[in-house]
Amino acid sequence: MATNDLKIAIVGGGLAGLAAAMKIAEAGHAVDLFSVVPVKRSHSVCAQGGINGAVNTKGEGDSTWEHFDDTVYGGDFLANQPPAKAMCEMAPAIIYLFDRMGVPFSRTPEGLLDFRRFGGTKHHRTAFAGASTGQQLLYALDEQVRRYEVAGKVRKFEHWEMMSLVLDDHQVCRGLIAMDLQTLELKAFPADAVIVATGGPGLIFGKSTNSMVCTGSAVSACYQQGAKYANGEFIQVHPTSIPGEDKLRLMSESARGEGGRVWVPRKKGDTRSPSSIPENERLYFLEEKYPAYGNLVPRDIATREIFQVCLEGMGVGGGNQVYLDLTHIPADMLDRKLGAILEIYEMFVGDDPRHVPMRIFPGVHYSMGGLWVDYDQRTNIPGLLAAGECDYSIHGANRLGANSLVSCVFGGFVAAPAAIEFAKNVERNGSNGSKIYDQELQLQREINEGLIKQSGNENQYVLHQEMGQWMTDNVTVIRYNDKLKATDNKLLELMDRYKRISINDSNLWATMALPHARHLANMLELARVITLGALNRNESRGAHYKPDFPDRDDENFLKTTIAEYSGEGPVISYEPVDIGLIKPRKRDYSKGKKEAAAAAAPKQGAPQFVSSGSEQKPQNISGPVIWSQNKERVNDPLADDATRREQNKPIEDAGGKGNNS
Amino acid sequence: MSAGHEPTSRAGRTPPKSVEIHIRRRANPDSSQYWEEFEVPYRPNLNIISCLMEIQKNPVTKAGTRTTPPVWQMNCLEQVCGICTMVVNGRARQSCSALIDNLEQPIKLEPMSKFPNVRDLVVDRSQMFDHLRRVHAWIDLDGTHDLGPGPRMDQDEVQERYAYSRCMTCGCCLEACPQYDGDNYIGPQAIAQVRLFNMHPSGKMNREDRLEGIMGDDGITNCGNAQNCVKACPMSIPLTKAIYEENRETVVHGLLGWLKH
Repeated sequence: MATNDLKIAIVGGGLAGLAAAMKIAEAGHAVDLFSVVPVKRSHSVCAQGGINGAVNTKGEGDSTWEHFDDTVYGGDFLANQPPAKAMCEMAPAIIYLFDRMGVPFSRTPEGLLDFRRFGGTKHHRTAFAGASTGQQLLYALDEQVRRYEVAGKVRKFEHWEMMSLVLDDHQVCRGLIAMDLQTLELKAFPADAVIVATGGPGLIFGKSTNSMVCTGSAVSACYQQGAKYANGEFIQVHPTSIPGEDKLRLMSESARGEGGRVWVPRKKGDTRSPSSIPENERLYFLEEKYPAYGNLVPRDIATREIFQVCLEGMGVGGGNQVYLDLTHIPADMLDRKLGAILEIYEMFVGDDPRHVPMRIFPGVHYSMGGLWVDYDQRTNIPGLLAAGECDYSIHGANRLGANSLVSCVFGGFVAAPAAIEFAKNVERNGSNGSKIYDQELQLQREINEGLIKQSGNENQYVLHQEMGQWMTDNVTVIRYNDKLKATDNKLLELMDRYKRISINDSNLWATMALPHARHLANMLELARVITLGALNRNESRGAHYKPDFPDRDDENFLKTTIAEYSGEGPVISYEPVDIGLIKPRKRDYSKGKKEAAAAAAPKQGAPQFVSSGSEQKPQNISGPVIWSQNKERVNDPLADDATRREQNKPIEDAGGKGNNS
Repeated sequence: MSAGHEPTSRAGRTPPKSVEIHIRRRANPDSSQYWEEFEVPYRPNLNIISCLMEIQKNPVTKAGTRTTPPVWQMNCLEQVCGICTMVVNGRARQSCSALIDNLEQPIKLEPMSKFPNVRDLVVDRSQMFDHLRRVHAWIDLDGTHDLGPGPRMDQDEVQERYAYSRCMTCGCCLEACPQYDGDNYIGPQAIAQVRLFNMHPSGKMNREDRLEGIMGDDGITNCGNAQNCVKACPMSIPLTKAIYEENRETVVHGLLGWLKH
């Protein structure tokens, strides 16, 4: 170790940031680690269900290629394929490494790692530690990084927030400016490379399943300093969350992975208690529409189906909720495999999900989009890398459950050597006191001082709430161009009103008001990227669904959206997707991949139950519907995607999430 | 949110019109504490955090005086990050999972008393992380390169380790412990982490480093057996079992060390 004096700054102490910190410290280099909360309290703790890796210990013939194919297929072919493949290939080793670190993964009777099923796959591929896998993985990395902290390799700056990058005259990243959240002191931190690993931007939608630190603020700062932001419009809405006053709490997909069933009463407005509704009077709409994958269809599909059922007034009690039922599973097994999440439900709702079906509704959960990176996690700004949810790679148009934990660690593991490589080769620009640091520091000071002095009648928390409401209503499950345009206008209005907010805290020591004001400005910029990306993409793909353009349009939109900052707002352009390994084919989760090949030209596809409250997909699909789910037999990717239904009702009728007006 | 999560299991009493909250405040570490009273409109399913958010938006006391917004910490809001811990009606707990419908009013919020008070409801718990460093709370990996899977393990053993591994370093056990007061006793959280790693087949190889960490003047023998910790733990971690097991380990370790001399 010893003789090296490279310094890498890492912003964010979740899974991706800690994974990178561990690797860099292990290689003998110094790390400055910045986090707005003690790293052990990062949002990664909220991941529940598990981590994917094709270890194939269940005799199901799983393989890393199958994992790769599921990932690309689930992502509706928008992901660049080489990094997705690399991730799937690294996944088993990542799981084994965590096993060696002492993560208490659940075991089989032989003492091997146990695996469960998750959405978008037919294989048991998800390793899990009870139902708090993210917490357990984060703690393992936290422990390893603490080891390097004791060894003097890692310096932690907890309760420090990155405000901006320091760029030199050639737009090379030379470090960052961070703010001490107690004293509000701003300080420049020179670094030979910077890795941003700050997670998702869920708070842009007001309430989401994300933690309160998930503002996307640091990423937005990078974007405003010239980093490209890719596929911003792809926002995953998780099918099963528990609506709350302060946030939407996640109910893990593992509940369905372990056999949980989603249903509503067949009879609209049925007021009987769920246990007194007999089996044949229940509508298991996912199982009936998607016999092959059932309750484990990918999240975008499950979310739209639940949304649609509620839109049609079929929700439980006529409201925005459906049952997620575990009551048929023995309670002791539930405790062992899902204990942690059942406790969360019990704690916040008051019902015991072992005996009463849970009531759930979709909630904003994850951003597939993020900072543009190359296959080595490098952004377009030299010296700036990104890893984890804050980068756009891997997941395409929709992320599969339990792929996020593995992508975070993978991203960190790839970013670390790439950052070291860059740092070794970059021309060093001298010391701490040099001009570029002072200039950026001055700029950030001026912004803070301006906000502190500013007086006006606008309330920053009200502006945040309005942004969240508009974004949730118009830029989530169902998107219309006129509403997207209106949302962008609203965002411009909010940006204007932002100039008249006043910091309502006269005590600046450890205040929450100034940091929030900085977040809000950055969130508004990123909200425009998300909204305009959605407006410009006139197709439906993965999580992005427009009833006016119900089909996937590979000819025009099999490409990555790139947003670049300009004074007038985001400038949108596109770049091709690397689809060199698996040719795009239509997604159809009503059948397994192999069965679909046998049913090459059915009249109606798989037998599909037409339920009373559920619109069947349109029957006027021209020509023979070609279902190809076999990677050897690829069909025309441009043919109509018959799995989607027309949904011509305006979103207000949906009484959509957060629509309490 | 219009979704109808009625608190069915808590139904049966008329909901109040408003929620009265008293907050024990402090402007900065050098100033003294004082109480302020607030009132927020009642809605079903409120928790402490949503009330604090409401106050933050428009910080006016019950008497109508404009004041500074109370400061607190929050993150996951699912009782898994531990950051929002405060003393609610006399008991240390996570404020995100403290539901208004289950609390006596007026609700009293105070910062935890065993840690330096930064401002209002915020405390500095860095001492807990210092203790994790001291007790060697990690597995000494040979490296992060691919060496295949870890040791096989019995599911029962895994479940016991899982219980210890759920500790979110929130500090409820330390707040409840009559012995813990700053630097005189390392406290149950660190001891339970010693148990977590000393149970692991690879972790065992460095068990002595961990035992040394809990054997000093402020070590495990300071436990007064009040058993408050295990009752206070929001994750139901068997803290007293960990203390019992590690006490035994340290005694044996101490004895062996004495015999060697």
